Amino acid sequence: MSITGKIEVQDKDILGALGAFFKRVLETDDINAILVPQHLSMKNMVMPTLVTDPEQLNGVDPLAPAFPMNAAKIVSRLTRKQMGSKIAVVLRPCEIRAFVELVKLKQGQMDEVMLIGMDCLGAFQNKDYLQYVDRHGDKSTERFYQDVLDGKQADIEGATLASACMSCENPVPTNADILIGLFGVEIADYLLVQSQSKRGTNLLNQMHMTEIPEPASRQDAITAIVAQRIACRDEMFVRTRAATDSLEKMTAYLANCVNCYNCRVACPVCYCKECVFVTDVFNHDPSQYLRWANRKGVIKMPTDTLFFHLTRLAHMSTACVGCGQCSNACPNGIPVMELFRTISQSTQRAFEYEAGKSIQQEPPLSVFYEDEFPEVVGINS
Amino acid sequence: MQDFEPTIIAFVCNWCTYTAADLAGTSRLTYPKNVRLIRVMCTGMVDPQYVIKAFLEGADGVLISGCHPGDCHYINGNYKARRRIKLLKEILPQFGFEPERLRLTWIGASDGIQFAEIMDELVDQVKALGPNQAKLKMVI
Ligand code: SF4
Ligand code: SF4
Ligand code: FES
Repeated sequence: MSITGKIEVQDKDILGALGAFFKRVLETDDINAILVPQHLSMKNMVMPTLVTDPEQLNGVDPLAPAFPMNAAKIVSRLTRKQMGSKIAVVLRPCEIRAFVELVKLKQGQMDEVMLIGMDCLGAFQNKDYLQYVDRHGDKSTERFYQDVLDGKQADIEGATLASACMSCENPVPTNADILIGLFGVEIADYLLVQSQSKRGTNLLNQMHMTEIPEPASRQDAITAIVAQRIACRDEMFVRTRAATDSLEKMTAYLANCVNCYNCRVACPVCYCKECVFVTDVFNHDPSQYLRWANRKGVIKMPTDTLFFHLTRLAHMSTACVGCGQCSNACPNGIPVMELFRTISQSTQRAFEYEAGKSIQQEPPLSVFYEDEFPEVVGINS
Repeated sequence: MQDFEPTIIAFVCNWCTYTAADLAGTSRLTYPKNVRLIRVMCTGMVDPQYVIKAFLEGADGVLISGCHPGDCHYINGNYKARRRIKLLKEILPQFGFEPERLRLTWIGASDGIQFAEIMDELVDQVKALGPNQAKLKMVI
């Protein structure tokens, strides 16, 4: 049975209310630690922090428009073996979806984590966030969520949200144990809490939340924002397909890639422990480069750029959750997310799969059935 | 285009299609020299990146061929291969590679005649498609 309750907000201090709520979570018998984004005292940046002392939750800021990394990777680190303790983790919806993919790949487990998902207002790219925070200092987060909830998200004083966020059709978490809702809620007065699983219900019961019905305005607000995001996403798909639909255009799209592989490092679902592209397989014999150059008279260095991206698409596009961390990490401004989301829409659809949606459904390349895909067999199909 | 001689890279499994190719040879059947066989233990070991590499290096066609369903010597390698081909046939056409350049067939160990026939037909098909664009242009 799901419980819907409220977190009271005093003096419009939403972050304070969230901090107090997380403190109560940490004080329950079930939870020994909490992973939550906080303002670092030494720099105006928000990073995931692992907290065991309830007094160390004063900088809690999960609403900051900062998304320095996809924290599914952190949760995977914390849960790859039994920890012997229970932790609560506060995540964005795309972080939960990436974590679900990692759990299915046996790179994390759910038993010891309580997933707290927040309605996601989106975030800036890293460099834009730093500028935003320079301009608005302490008031950055407050300014941001007010603007977004007032419907101004497309362009907030010069900076736009990351393209991944603008085209994200999943701003409301699924597969969380507990959801914290903002859309369609009078956040000046309260935030919504809702359990999405049995253990979530148990935890909320222990915390004696004041129960309320879900506000009537919530579903409409969600429908409206999702429609807006889907329109933006579909436009992005059309744009990206047009920019990459031949080998020549694809080559142009990726021409300034320097094979730094930051996109792969930042990707939460690039699951190999050692990527083949950093092994000796790609440390070619020096004479090999000349043989390649000889064939057409010229090659671009470093080589294997398109090979890298196409291989990554083949290996992980069925697991892409569209978080945009690849684009965020690219030093050369290549719209990596756009490419990966566009292709992954086709590959996920081909296997009737949606990354991060279901814990039960096996990843497409981990299963097979005897009778399937007859259309790809034979030379006359 | 008349004298275009395509290059076709064929990943064939040791136990079925390679044996069929061998049988074609010992039966003195001929098949076009455009087809370059790469013997692998099972189609289940053909990582999508082998196919991608072949295309980026200018192969005009890629064939993966192994045992019939139920006959794979490693039980299910060919089913896994089929999923990977499905995947690649979603990805490659988005960059202008005709999906017909990539083929998957089951040719059993005793199908020597069939092996030779399929190779003939495959070469004709790829000839009709013309050269792979990666052959002519700079690939990064
Ligand atoms: S490919 Fe990019 S958008 Fe997709 S999951 Fe990885 S980092 Fe996120
Ligand atoms: S982060 Fe950018 S430059 Fe580096 S490998 Fe990825 S696309 Fe290329
Ligand atoms: S052994 Fe022939 S396909 Fe597996």
